[in-house]
Amino acid sequence: MRAWNIRRKALLMGEVQGQGYIGQALGIADVLAASYFHALEYRPEDPEWEGRDRFYLSIGHYAIALYAVLMEAGILPEDELQTYGMDDSRMPMSGMASYTPGMEITGGSLGHGLGIAVGAAMGLKRKKSPALVYNLMSDGELGEGSTWEAAMSAVQHGLDNLVCLVDFNDQQADGRTTDALARVPEEAKWAAFGWHAQRVDGNDLEAVVAALDAARNLAGARPRVIIFDTTMCKGVDFLEKREITHFVRVEADEWAKALAVLEKGKPS
Amino acid sequence: MTLASMARKYEPRKPVQGDKVATSAMIASLAAEGYDTVSAPFGHALVDLARKDERIVGLTADLGRYTDLHILAEAMPDRFYQMGMAEQLLMSAAAGLAREGFLPFATTYAVFASRRAYDFIAMAIAEENLPVRIACALPGLTTGYGPSHQATEDLAIFRGLPNMTIIDPCDADDIRGMVPQIAAHDGPVYTRLLRGKVPTVLTRHKPDYRFRLGKAQMIREGRDVLVVASGIMTMRALDAAAVLAADNIDVAVLHVPTIKPLDTATILEEAGRGGRLVVTAENHSVNGGLGEAVARVLLTNAVTPAFRMIGLPDEFLEAGALPTLHDMYGLSVAKVAEQIRGWL
Repeated sequence: MRAWNIRRKALLMGEVQGQGYIGQALGIADVLAASYFHALEYRPEDPEWEGRDRFYLSIGHYAIALYAVLMEAGILPEDELQTYGMDDSRMPMSGMASYTPGMEITGGSLGHGLGIAVGAAMGLKRKKSPALVYNLMSDGELGEGSTWEAAMSAVQHGLDNLVCLVDFNDQQADGRTTDALARVPEEAKWAAFGWHAQRVDGNDLEAVVAALDAARNLAGARPRVIIFDTTMCKGVDFLEKREITHFVRVEADEWAKALAVLEKGKPS
Repeated sequence: MTLASMARKYEPRKPVQGDKVATSAMIASLAAEGYDTVSAPFGHALVDLARKDERIVGLTADLGRYTDLHILAEAMPDRFYQMGMAEQLLMSAAAGLAREGFLPFATTYAVFASRRAYDFIAMAIAEENLPVRIACALPGLTTGYGPSHQATEDLAIFRGLPNMTIIDPCDADDIRGMVPQIAAHDGPVYTRLLRGKVPTVLTRHKPDYRFRLGKAQMIREGRDVLVVASGIMTMRALDAAAVLAADNIDVAVLHVPTIKPLDTATILEEAGRGGRLVVTAENHSVNGGLGEAVARVLLTNAVTPAFRMIGLPDEFLEAGALPTLHDMYGLSVAKVAEQIRGWL
């Protein structure tokens, strides 16, 4: 139900602007729902509570999805939904820490999140804090060298308080990620770097929850990665079938149609 | 490769003959004849501060020994992070530590911070105004290793970055004075660093000199020429002033260790005293550094003295021994004096 609500809010925001990274938002909704309503510790009324688990959105253009979950979690007021992407909004098209409660870092220049997460995880260890750092990144960011600098470092410093979530939807701006730089099996690559690696269906809520639990409860001083295979535009069948889904073209009349399709699939 | 060396690539060479042959291996410390030196002033000042402030941590990308951060690593190993040869990670991780309430000092060479890690400094650190201190050795022309190690455009790069405070210290006095002041500053700082045996210059010329963040200070008064200098060029200007005094040329030296924000009030006041030739002197390309910053301040305030710039040319520089290169590119004491004499 939470995931369904996130999809609905994201579609409503997409309708406000008439465009957006709606494909990614629909695809990652289950992972975000499981993260915010199962895995993460936080206080909606105090987004900077020291004891919270940190959730870094490395992929700035997924902001539409994070705003949806922040509203669902009660961190952002739902009535600001209509301001998405507008002048003076707290919800700019690409996520920025200085604009939005609950948006921990400024993402968007890709390959930054995991390195910042490494520093934050080191800092939490210095403070003897039990909080975890989650970094949500895209499969496209696997092509950035800085991702692998951070991956090596997390193992070197024994960061067992770091969980990296990779959205593997096999789409980047110019086409398929596996046609660019991510052809080698990713879970094997991370495992070879010394991480505890899992790969699950990111649109199977039970599998996502189980993977997040396994990552949290793992013994041993290793960082953890979960690669989520997701389907762009999940939940809206006629959009799922579109060929180019990185930046989805949705005609004005199609937003209502998409919402209607989603409505039909509403969980009881 | 530089254009000049490329043109001579296939010319065979013979060893230079003589007693004192300069080589490019002389990179450990900056030669400043006649001045006392202090060992690793940055590292010792940081340890002193770290003993008082729990939040101070040091990080480096495989250049601890070459940025004097090894002093901290040896004195307080639990406050030191070796990030490996990974400058993008170095800056990102420093940002992460700053987010969690620490005061990170991240060290590498100036070329690597300004060129390789720029996007990470811009977005992870500067855009969020995080208190990360980036301290970088080998500024400008302080190594003979050629363009791979010569940071001749670092000030121009960081001057373009909002929120960033930029320091170009002259000597050990500046470095020891600045460490606690930049640590107390609310926001990101980029400072150039002199490492190893670092000369003590400013207190020799002005015994009560103390570094003050954001302030330009007159080190030597003079009625004919005003040199506005930063970094090691303040040292060169002071020595050149002594040379020119023998010719009855009276040179004032205004030391401007904080490049951004610039102390425009002091610069305008000094340059506005009519009659003096104003010369900027910097260990940096003439593009985008102190000289152009001063020129803008003067012109936009309608202060228009005769104006000249001493700085590195808009070129990739040659490899070689530092004394040779400083002569070649006009940064040596003799060449500074010669240029000023020629402009009068």
